Amino acid sequence: MLSTRTSPPTTPHPVVAVHDGGVVLGGRPVLRGIDLEVRAGEFVALLGANGSGKSTLVRAVTGLLPLARGEVRLFGEPQDSLRDRHRVGYVPQRATAASGVPASVSEVVAAGRLGHRRLLRPLRPVDRRAIADALDVVGLADQARDSVSSLSGGQQQRVLIARALAGQPELLILDEPTAGVDLPHQQALADALGTLKERGVTVLLVAHELGPLAPLVDRVVVVRHGRLAYDGPALAEAGSGSGHAPYLSLVDGHHHAHDHDHPGTGRAHRHDHAPHVAGPLDGSHEGGGRG
Amino acid sequence: MIDLLGYGFMQRALIAALVTGLAAPVVGVYLVQRRLALMGDGLGHVAVTGVAVGLLTGTSPTWTAVGVAVLGAVLIEVIRERGHTSGDVALALLFYGGIAGGVLLVGLGDQSAARLNQFLFGALTSLGPDDVLAATLLAAVVVVLGIGLAPQLFAVAHDAEFARVNGLSVRGYNLLVAVLAAVTVTVAMRTVGLLLVSALMVVPVATAQQLTRTFRGTLLAAVALGAGASVGGLLLAAWVGLRFDADVATGPTIVLLSLAGFVLTWPIGILVRHRQRVRRPFEDEVPDEHLVADHDHAHGPDCGHVAVPHGDHVDYVHDGHRHAPHGRHYDEH
Repeated sequence: MLSTRTSPPTTPHPVVAVHDGGVVLGGRPVLRGIDLEVRAGEFVALLGANGSGKSTLVRAVTGLLPLARGEVRLFGEPQDSLRDRHRVGYVPQRATAASGVPASVSEVVAAGRLGHRRLLRPLRPVDRRAIADALDVVGLADQARDSVSSLSGGQQQRVLIARALAGQPELLILDEPTAGVDLPHQQALADALGTLKERGVTVLLVAHELGPLAPLVDRVVVVRHGRLAYDGPALAEAGSGSGHAPYLSLVDGHHHAHDHDHPGTGRAHRHDHAPHVAGPLDGSHEGGGRG
Repeated sequence: MIDLLGYGFMQRALIAALVTGLAAPVVGVYLVQRRLALMGDGLGHVAVTGVAVGLLTGTSPTWTAVGVAVLGAVLIEVIRERGHTSGDVALALLFYGGIAGGVLLVGLGDQSAARLNQFLFGALTSLGPDDVLAATLLAAVVVVLGIGLAPQLFAVAHDAEFARVNGLSVRGYNLLVAVLAAVTVTVAMRTVGLLLVSALMVVPVATAQQLTRTFRGTLLAAVALGAGASVGGLLLAAWVGLRFDADVATGPTIVLLSLAGFVLTWPIGILVRHRQRVRRPFEDEVPDEHLVADHDHAHGPDCGHVAVPHGDHVDYVHDGHRHAPHGRHYDEH
C-alpha cells in the first residue's frame, strides 16, 4: 500500500522532508511555507528566538502537532503512516526526567525500547544491551540503578537522550536539550551526540544557542516568525570554536529587541528585525532559504 | 479469634480484603505517577449513582456500579483530554452529580440509608459467595493488566509525548488506566467503601515511595502494603471488636492502618532524601586559583565529614566549607 505510492527504493529518500508545511495553533498561523529536507547522516541545528516556531516545527515533524497544510515525510513515507516508529528517537523539552513515582535511570531508559518489544513480554537480552549501550553513550552507565530524581538537571537531560537512543533510532530529534544545562554538562551532551554522529545517526536539534555543540553542526536552519530565515552551512569556525556564529547573534539580538527597546514605529521595528550580519544571510531573507 | 476464622463470612471477608488490597495499589501507582491521586475518589462518587441504580432496579449493585463507574471514567478521560485548564472543575461537577444522584435514587427506591452505608463505608462481613467471586475476578483482571502492561503504562504515564512519538496509543492506555480505576473502585467498595476507596489506591503508593528508588520496587512494595493493610485491618477490627465487645467498622480500620504505615515511613523518607541531597555531586567548575584552607586534621573516609564528589576529586563538607585535598593542604572549593 505504501510502497506503491513512494518513489523507487533505489533513490535514497531524505530522512526528513517537509513540503510547504504550515501549522495553525488555536486559529493562529504559527508556521507557514516551511520547506526543509534533512539528508541521512546530517547534523542540523534549528535555531531561533523564543516563540519563533522552532519547537513547533520539530513537534510537527514528530507528529505531535498536526499540519494545517503541506506534508511531512520521514524516510520517504508520510509521517502519520510510518510504521517503524522506533526509527525516530525523540527527546522532548522537559525540565526533569522524574514523575510522580520514583523510577530508576534504567527504567526510564527502558521506555525507549517499547517500539521493539511485544506486549506482555519481559525485556530480552538484546533490549538490555541496547539500554546499557545508550547509558554508556551518555556517560551514565554508573548511575543506571539510581533514582532519576537524585540526578542533576544536566544528568536528567542525558537520561532523556539515552531513552531515545535505546530505541536505536536512525533519526534523533532533540528539542532544546541544552536549555538550563550548565557548561560541563553541555560538553558531556556534545560528546554523546558526537558519538552518535560518528555512528551515522541523523540529528535534528532545536536550540537557542549551540555552545559546545557548535563543532558538530553541519547545517544551520534559522526560524523567524514562523518562516525559515536561513538555511545553510554552519559557521562555527568564524567564532573560533566558541560557537558564536553570526546568525546566533542575530537570534539573540532579535530576542532582545522584543524584550527591551521597542520604539513602536513601523520603520524602527522592521530595522530591529533585519539581519545584522552580511554573508550567509544576504539574499536569504524572505524565502531565500527555501529549497 | 481462631474460632472466628472458621466462619464462612469471615473467610469470605478475608479473601475480599486480600484481593482488594492487591488490586488497588496496582492502579493507584499509575494514578499517582500521573498526579491524578484524587481520580479514584471521584470515581467512587460516580459509582454511588451506579449502586443506587442497582438498588432501584433490583439488579446486582456491583455490576451496575462497574457500568456507571466505567462510563464516568471514560467521561473524565475525555474531559481531561479536551479541556486543559477547566478539567478539574469539570471533574468536580461530575463527582457531585454522581453522589447527589445516587442519594436521590436510593431515596426514590425506598431503600434505607443503612443499605447505602454498606457501599459508602464498606461491609466486609456481609459479603455473599457471589460478591467474593465477582471481586476476585475483577481484581484478577486489574492485576494482570496493570502488571502485564506495566512497561507501556509506565511510559505513557511518565512522558505522554515521548510515548506518542514511539507509536504507543496514549489515549488508549490512558483510557485503560481510567477503566481499571473504575473497576477497582467497585471491587473495593464492599471492602473499604466508596468514600474511602481512594485511600487504598493512593496511601500504599505514597508509603512505598518514601523508601524506594525504582518504579518496580514502588509497585511491588505498594501491593504488599495494600494487601497487608487490608487483611491486617480486617483482623484488627475483628479482634478489637471481640475483645472489647465494640462495633468496629472494618473499612475505616483498614484505611487508618494504611495511614499509620505512611506516618511511620514518612520521617525515614525525609531522612533518606536529605542524605541524597547532601551527597549529590557538586556541579560547579573547579576554581583555577588556590585558596588554601587553614586546617589541621586529615580528611578521609572515616573523618565524619560528608564526602561529596566534585569533578575528578572529592570535597569534604566541613562547617559550611568545602575542603578539597591538594598535595599536603586543602583548597577551599
